[in-house]
Amino acid sequence: MGYHWNWGILLAPEPGGTGTYLHYLIVGLGWTLLTALAAWIIALAVGAVVGTLRTTTNAWVVRLGDFYVEIFRNIPLIVQMFLWFFVFPELLPTKWGDAIKQMNPLANSYMTAVLCLGVFTSVRVAEQVRAGIQSLPRGQRMAATAMGLTQYQAYRYVILPQAFRIILPPLTSEFMNIIKNSSVALTIGLMELTGRARSMQEFSFQTFEAYAAATTIYLVTNVVVVLGMRWIERSVRVPGLIAADAGAH
Amino acid sequence: MGNFDWDVIQRSLPYLFREGMTFTVTLTLLAMVGGIFFGTLLAMMRLSSRKWLSIPAGAYVNLLRSIPLVLVIFWFYFLVPYIGAWITRSPTPIQVGAFHSAVITFTMFEATYYCEIMRAGIQSIPRGQVWSGYALGLNYWQTMGYIVLPQAFRNMIPVLLTQTIILFQDTSLVYVISATDFLGAAAKVANRDYRLVEMYSFVAVVYFVISFGLSYLVKRLQVKIAVIR
Repeated sequence: MGYHWNWGILLAPEPGGTGTYLHYLIVGLGWTLLTALAAWIIALAVGAVVGTLRTTTNAWVVRLGDFYVEIFRNIPLIVQMFLWFFVFPELLPTKWGDAIKQMNPLANSYMTAVLCLGVFTSVRVAEQVRAGIQSLPRGQRMAATAMGLTQYQAYRYVILPQAFRIILPPLTSEFMNIIKNSSVALTIGLMELTGRARSMQEFSFQTFEAYAAATTIYLVTNVVVVLGMRWIERSVRVPGLIAADAGAH
Repeated sequence: MGNFDWDVIQRSLPYLFREGMTFTVTLTLLAMVGGIFFGTLLAMMRLSSRKWLSIPAGAYVNLLRSIPLVLVIFWFYFLVPYIGAWITRSPTPIQVGAFHSAVITFTMFEATYYCEIMRAGIQSIPRGQVWSGYALGLNYWQTMGYIVLPQAFRNMIPVLLTQTIILFQDTSLVYVISATDFLGAAAKVANRDYRLVEMYSFVAVVYFVISFGLSYLVKRLQVKIAVIR
């Protein structure tokens, strides 16, 4: 069909002079992971707080949490990326906006991507946290109150330690999503794995090899993440729950 | 924000909606119909006891779900001309525009998500239903078509619709192949007139209103269905 195969291209030097194309892609994976991990920290921290607040008894706090979740759930990720990259600096005081625009372009892309992905994913984490808290038997909260714990203490010592362990499996898939979603950052100039696969294709015209290599790298990353998270799930499971029993066999 | 230029939005409204939103909505609807069709077939394959059906289907679904949608879009943009050439026995890759490429990409990609939804839907039907179908003398396709799938669809309608809202948002990623969807149209105006703040804010508001409105409707539908059952 007229396609010229050349797997050797992976070991050929890339035009930027940093090494082989394979090395070029692996560095891309590094950027993907650095972005995903930094964004994951924001997502977990904000998501845990927002998700918890949405289960409290304060109506205004719940409404504020709902508002946050609805905003960032109903705008496509790429549009959010553009909002943070092009619109957000204009809303800041002029001095700050100019400082952002004069930043090193790579640092600017990276920080924008991390912030955007972190906020985007925090909404999903918040939903999981809320679901986890609501899945606990009501008696847990009542027992905590009966023992004289304040609402804060009930969350800190009774509800959250159980909820977080229950929602680990869905959080794993959110973490895989953040790795995949970081590819959207190529639209604001972050050269992560997918972005580098595309520019490898543009430089070398070996489209199939470039995308196949990137796909393989993503698959391997996924397997590593799944195995790692399974290990964490096993070590923190709640004794006595069905999930724990299933894992024990 | 004092120099926020409403006029640029107003001037480009016909272009944004007639070109851009038409592209986005058409793509969403075609990919939904195609995705549910192929997704249901994939689900039936995955649930098959024949290994030569279930293993390829499972591999396809897991492969597409493990790589970023952006990479899937690039893959299909590159592959579709070759697949087309292979089907039509043309010696050179055929020409495929961004729209057709996007429809095929999103159909094949969303099929994997609809597949998992339909699989859960089919598995939620009691086994006795299938047995009574066979006991009545129906074959596999009749049992599926008249008994299992109608119930599975009905149970899964809210989830299928929620997935379609996600699909509607995901179609904005065709930006990476320079298609003129709603976001693409806005980006073209934004870069031409150098009005990025106005155009991207407007895009965000439109997406928000549509997605939020649709999710609200799905939620109400869910309540309705839940009452009947």
